[in-house]
Amino acid sequence: MAGTAAIEQSTRRSRFGRALKPFRDAQGLSRWLLWTGVALTMLFVMVAVLAPWIAPYDFNQVATSDGGPFPKQAAPSGEHWFGTSVRSEDVFSRVVFGARIAVEVVALAVAVSLVVGVPLGLISGYFGGWVDRVLVLIADALFAFPYLLLAIVIAFLLSDAIGGGVVTAALAITVVYVPQYFRVVRNSTLSAREATYVEAARALGARPRTVITRYLFGNVIQSVPVIATLNAADAMLTLAGLGFLGYGIQPTEGAEWGYDLQRAVLDVAADIWWTGVFPGMAIVLFVVALTLVGEGLNDTLNPTLRKRRIEKVHIPPRADAEQGARS
Amino acid sequence: MARSGGSLRTYALSRIALTLPMVLILLTMVFLLMRVAPGDPVQSAVGGRLPPDQIAQIRADAGLDESLVVQYFEYLGQVATLDFGETITDNRPVSDVIIDSGGATLTLTLAALLVAVGLGLPLGLLAGRYRDTAIDGSLRIFGILTYAAPVFFVGLLAQLLFGSILGWLPTTGEADPITFVDEVTHILLIDSLIAGDTAAFQDALLHLVLPAATLGLLVTGVFLRLTRVNLMQALQGDYIEAARARGIGERSVVVRHAFRNALVPVITVFGLQVALLLSGAVLTELTFDWPGLGSELIAYLNERDYIAVQGIITVFALVVVVISILIDLVNAMIDPRVRY
Repeated sequence: MAGTAAIEQSTRRSRFGRALKPFRDAQGLSRWLLWTGVALTMLFVMVAVLAPWIAPYDFNQVATSDGGPFPKQAAPSGEHWFGTSVRSEDVFSRVVFGARIAVEVVALAVAVSLVVGVPLGLISGYFGGWVDRVLVLIADALFAFPYLLLAIVIAFLLSDAIGGGVVTAALAITVVYVPQYFRVVRNSTLSAREATYVEAARALGARPRTVITRYLFGNVIQSVPVIATLNAADAMLTLAGLGFLGYGIQPTEGAEWGYDLQRAVLDVAADIWWTGVFPGMAIVLFVVALTLVGEGLNDTLNPTLRKRRIEKVHIPPRADAEQGARS
Repeated sequence: MARSGGSLRTYALSRIALTLPMVLILLTMVFLLMRVAPGDPVQSAVGGRLPPDQIAQIRADAGLDESLVVQYFEYLGQVATLDFGETITDNRPVSDVIIDSGGATLTLTLAALLVAVGLGLPLGLLAGRYRDTAIDGSLRIFGILTYAAPVFFVGLLAQLLFGSILGWLPTTGEADPITFVDEVTHILLIDSLIAGDTAAFQDALLHLVLPAATLGLLVTGVFLRLTRVNLMQALQGDYIEAARARGIGERSVVVRHAFRNALVPVITVFGLQVALLLSGAVLTELTFDWPGLGSELIAYLNERDYIAVQGIITVFALVVVVISILIDLVNAMIDPRVRY
């Protein structure tokens, strides 16, 4: 029993090591992309968590605590770093609180898409048959749909049913991305299913559940991190698009960058730039951050693009010493 | 020759036949989505503004008092005949709405596509050719930025710069409000030419610049990335090695051998980007007050006019499907390996 525990522990540790592998393997431009992306993403997450302490005012506050109203559409100043909006809100505070909504929605959307898409892909790819055919058709149909329209319609329907909050926005985005995970996972399951190790597992009498969870899952999951980060970037854009069209987070629920931009379009004609430029920059930066992580991962994980650093060949003194050092 | 022509036809037919169930599922989805909406569509669109007997009349006209199954087949019949009924809120045939506003959307998307191809392919060629150099790096950052910036933000910046600050270009609408030309094709650029109104043509062209550039920039990034990656993969091919070994100049190797072959996957993946282009068009139209289908869709959605929304969404979905079939066929023509 102790032996099993040790093996369990060592696999767990090597799995963790495998998760960090792209960070070690990355080099040159990819390394720079990856680390800049990670740093920027962490920054946004920090801002999201610490929003109440960073922002000088609340996201919908229109007067100082002693009752003095904020100026309307005031240019950036010491009092209001990013100026104020047409409804007298502090733009800086809204941008900061916007990070909170953005991180929440994106994280929730990606998590739900993964939880739904990956198992569906595994089951569909492994079992095949009519379930597979129907699921593929549905995924294709969803895929052919202009994604924003789909998200709008879902958000529209959900907001009537459960109100327009973070969950509604995240679910509307989820519907768009589930087919992508489904497709990728299903396709790699299809090819992995024929592999010798799966046949061996089946020959040993492993149940489908075991084959899927123990053997297939780890092997088909490889391409998922890249898609997940790139989808997170896409999810942010979809959220902003929904907000811009008025179907995202309701203004009473929180500050959302896309919604603020919609309001700002009207300001532009009056030469008021600060209400639009700052939330817009926030969107761009956050999407860039997530994209950089995805691109960096893709560069190191995708074998057709990967360029490996040429390393000096290192011959270990003894095979078992190396084994010991690794575990 | 005859054989390959025959197999192309077989390919085309089977490609279309395989699409049919997908279209059916797509239509079913649109239908069901519009029916699970809480509340009565007519009530929520015009409720409170009309007496109950008129509301009942509208319901009957729209066929909403039938059972779901009957409604479903009526809807499929509508799609087959491209007649989507009448809008609830302003009693226009939906097909009229589509024809009237479709021209503006078509103009915008085609112009944007022109911008994207004109910029994206050469830039992608440059980035792929000079892989891992400063050129590649800055072009990659450019690509990431164009992808990361939402169209409405780029549009807003463009309006600020070229409209408010420089005052060079008009920022809203398809033309000056005073412009009026007979609508023949519902494409303003063509209609103004038919009418021989060069001033209107010029005006329409100027109004097109900012929206087209904004939407085009969004797709430019996609083209750039695709071309770059595919060129890099093509450059690793054996035939490239062979071409170099035969002493063909580097420029010719890159442009005539690798770039050409890199374009095939670019065309394929572009088929998947039509959905992106149309989604972007909706946002661009709203940013620039462009009188297209996207603006209509959002307006009707805000008024809860389900019949209009259902019709417009169906058209969007069908456009994507048809274009993807066309692109696959073009691909099969270019590349004989793409056959079933």
